[in-house]
Amino acid sequence: MKKILLDDMILTKELPTSAGSKMLDGYMSPFNAAVVERLTEAGYEIAGKAPVGEFAIDLSGETNFEGKTVSSEDCATVMLDVNGSPRRIAAQNGLVYIKPTYGIVSRFGTVAVACSGECVGVMAKSASECKEVLSVLVGNDERDGTMHADGVCKSALGIKKVKKVALLDMGVKSAELDLARSELEANGIEVASVDAGVIESANAAWNILMCAELCNNVSRFDGIKYGYRAKNYKNLDELYTNSRTEAFGELVKTAILYGSDVLSSNNYMSKYDKAMRVRRVIVEAFTEIFKEYDAVMLPACSKTSYTASDDVFVENKYTAPASVTGLPAVVAGGVQLVGKAFSDGALLDVSAILTKEGK
Amino acid sequence: MRYETVIGLEVHIEMATQSKIFCSCSAKFGGEQNDHVCPACCGMPGMLPVVNKKVVDLGMTAGMMLNCHINRVTTFDKKSYYYPDLPCSYQTTQWFSPVAVNGTVTIETSKGKKDIRIKQIHMEEDAGKLVHDEWTNTTLVDFNRTSVPLIEIVSQPDLSSAEEVVAYLERLRSLLRFAKVSECRMEQGSMRCDVNLSVRPEGSDKLGVRTEMKNMNSISAIERAIAYETARHIDALENGTEELVQETRRWDDIKGKSFAMRNKETAGDYRYFPDPNVMPIVIDDEWFAKIKGTLPEFPEVKKARYIGELGLSDYDATLLTESRALCDCFESAYAECGQAKEAANWLLSDVLNILNKKQMTPDQLTLDGKTLGKLIKLVTDGKVSRPNAKKILAEMFESEIDPAKYAEEQGYIVSSDTGAIEATVREIVIADERSVTDYKSGKEKALMAIFGKCMKALKGNCDPQTLRQMIIDVINSI
Ligand SMILES: [Zn+2]
Repeated sequence: MKKILLDDMILTKELPTSAGSKMLDGYMSPFNAAVVERLTEAGYEIAGKAPVGEFAIDLSGETNFEGKTVSSEDCATVMLDVNGSPRRIAAQNGLVYIKPTYGIVSRFGTVAVACSGECVGVMAKSASECKEVLSVLVGNDERDGTMHADGVCKSALGIKKVKKVALLDMGVKSAELDLARSELEANGIEVASVDAGVIESANAAWNILMCAELCNNVSRFDGIKYGYRAKNYKNLDELYTNSRTEAFGELVKTAILYGSDVLSSNNYMSKYDKAMRVRRVIVEAFTEIFKEYDAVMLPACSKTSYTASDDVFVENKYTAPASVTGLPAVVAGGVQLVGKAFSDGALLDVSAILTKEGK
Repeated sequence: MRYETVIGLEVHIEMATQSKIFCSCSAKFGGEQNDHVCPACCGMPGMLPVVNKKVVDLGMTAGMMLNCHINRVTTFDKKSYYYPDLPCSYQTTQWFSPVAVNGTVTIETSKGKKDIRIKQIHMEEDAGKLVHDEWTNTTLVDFNRTSVPLIEIVSQPDLSSAEEVVAYLERLRSLLRFAKVSECRMEQGSMRCDVNLSVRPEGSDKLGVRTEMKNMNSISAIERAIAYETARHIDALENGTEELVQETRRWDDIKGKSFAMRNKETAGDYRYFPDPNVMPIVIDDEWFAKIKGTLPEFPEVKKARYIGELGLSDYDATLLTESRALCDCFESAYAECGQAKEAANWLLSDVLNILNKKQMTPDQLTLDGKTLGKLIKLVTDGKVSRPNAKKILAEMFESEIDPAKYAEEQGYIVSSDTGAIEATVREIVIADERSVTDYKSGKEKALMAIFGKCMKALKGNCDPQTLRQMIIDVINSI
C-alpha cells in the first residue's frame, strides 16, 4: 500500500485535526475530507498528519501552537495551500509542491480560512510523484459549490505543453532562477524576461482578501460549541473574549484585526472592494502574458531560510499572484512556475526538467 | 398640532421547503431539540454551503407575486455578529444583490386602496434558539431552526396606521400562501416582523426619529405596539416627556409597553461581504419563465372569475379563495363534474367539516379534486345517495379509492329497479299498520318512522325525495 501524509488542515475521522491552533487542539471531525475519501479509495494508506502553522497562514509552519515543525517523511503529503506556506517550504527544502488550479480539487472537509484562494495540493520529492497523487485528487464534488465540472477538472492533467516561459522581473536575483532558466533553455524551452507590472500589487490585494475571509471563517471558533473554551468567564462577552484571547496566536489575531478593519462599513469600499477589483486586474495581466507565453517563472520566496523578523505579509509578494488569481503554481528546483488555468499537468511535466527527473 | 405616523416593515417569512437552505436537513417545524442538525448547519469546520435551488425558486416566486424586478444575477453575502444561536458567528444573507427589488403591494382599508412600495426581498438563513434551563440555570442552544430558509420583505415607509399595517400583512400572507411560498403562520413563527416607526407633523416631508420594534409575531400585538409607540412619540414631541433616539425597542405585550434594548449586538458593524463559497446565481430566461409559469392567479382575480364565470355566490367565492388548496381542489373537481355550485357546496360544508374534525387548516387539504368531482357526479347522476356519498367522502380522506368502485363494493349504488324499491316499501307499509293509521289521521311524524325503516332496508340507496313520494303513494293506494 502506498503511504500518504495529510497536513493538519485536512479533516479526518480517525485522527484529530488541530489546524495548528490551540483553538482546535484534539478536535475530532465527524467526517472525512473529500480528498481523504479519494485517497483511500485509490488504495493509499493515511500515514498520519503533518503539523501546520496556525491556520496555515504563516511563512513555513513556525506558528504551530505546539511548536511542531514539518517533518520530512518519506512519502508525499497532501497540503492545503492557504497563504503560500507549502510553496515556501518546498522552495527552501528542495521539494516539489503543486497548488492546483482553483476549483479542480474539492475543499470539502478542509478547515476554511481563505476560501476564495486556498487549494488542496501535493508536496513530494518529485514532480512525477506530485502528478500521480494529484491525478487521484482532481474531480468534481457537489459538496463544494466553487468547483468546475468533472471533465473540466480532469482536463487539467491533459496533454498540454509548456514551450515559452516568461521570467517575471520581481527585482530579485537568485542562483535558482538563473539555473532554472538555463535548464529550461537547454531543453528547448524559450525563456524571456517580462516586467511584473501590476502583478506586484497582488500581495496587497491578497492580504486584504485573505485576512477578511480568515476573520470571518474563524469567527465560528467562539468557545461555545467545540474547541477551546476559557476556564474563567463571568458572562457571555467574557466567554468569547477570553476563549479567543487565550487560544489564538499573535499572527492569527493580527489577521483577524486587519480583516475586521477592511470589512468595516467605513473601509469596505476603499479596502475590500478595491482588493476585489485589483484581483480582476491581475487576472487580466496574466491573461495578457499568456497570449504569448505558456507559463510565468518567479521566485517562491526571497531567501533560503527565515528568521523571526521576517513578515509573511511581505513575503506573500511571491505566492500571492497565484493565490489571488486561482492559477496553478508549481514549486520545483527552488523556483515557482505559474501556468494557465487547467495546465497543471503541463506545469508538472516542465518542472521535471528543473528537478532533473529521469536523468 | 396634528401628527402622522410613518411606518416601514421588515417581514421575515420562513419558506415552505422540505430541507434547509444549505444542507439536506429537514426544515419542518417541531421535532426534538437538535434533531434536524448536521455538521453544515451547526457550523462545523470543513462544511461548505450548497444552495438549495428550491429556495431560489420560492424567492423568485415571492418577488413576482409582489410585482418586483427580479435580479438576474443574485448573490449571497455574509453578515457577521456573535451570538450563541448563530453557529458560524455569521449569517448568510443577501446584501449586495437581493433576489427581488422595487415591487408594490396593493392594500385595501376603510380609506380605500393604497399601493405600498417594496424596497427589496432577500433570502437568508434563520438562526437557532436559546433555551434557558431554570433547573440547572444554564442556557442551551437548539439548532433545529438554524439555516431554515427565510425571505425578508422590506417595505418603504409607506404605511401610516395600524389598520394599514394589518391590511398589508394580511395581503402578504394571502399572496404568499397562494403562491405556496410559505404557510405564513405567525403562531409558529413562520411569519414575524420588525416595525420601524416615526412620527412627524402632518404634511411635513421630513422624517422624525425612527425606532424599531423587533420580532413581532402577532397581529394584535402589532396593533397595540403601534398605538403605544405612536402615542409615546407624540407625547415626546408635544410635551418633551423624553428625548427620542434612534434605537431598537422590545415590545412587552403583557405590560403593554415598549422598552429600549440594551443589547450591544444591535449596534454592531455587520461587516458584510460576498460569500466566496457561493457562486453568483444566474437566473436565465428559461428559469425565469419556468417560475413565471407556475404563478397562481391572484386571489381576487380568481374570486371574480368564480362569481362571474362560474356563478358562485360572493360568500362561497370569498371562502374558497382564502386557501390555494381549496381553490385547486375546487377547480379540478369542477373540471371533472362540470357543476361549480355543487363542487363549492361539497368543499365548503362536508370537506371543511372533516378538516375541522381532523384539526387541519384548509391549506393542509390533500384531497384529490378529480376524485371529489367523480363522487359529485355519482350523486348528481342519481347513482349514489347523498348520505352514502358522505360516507364515501370520509373514506377518501383515509385511503386512495375510486368512488364508483368503492360504492359498488359497499353496496352504495342506487337501485334503478323502481319495481323492487316499491315492493320493499309496500312490504314495510303493510307490516306497520299503526304508523299508516297515525299518518292518515294527520300525524306527519308517522311518515318519518316508515321512511327510516325503508331507508334502512334499502341501505340508503335511494333518493330521499323519491322515496318519500313513493311511500305516500303506496299508503294512499291501500
Ligand atoms: Zn443541516
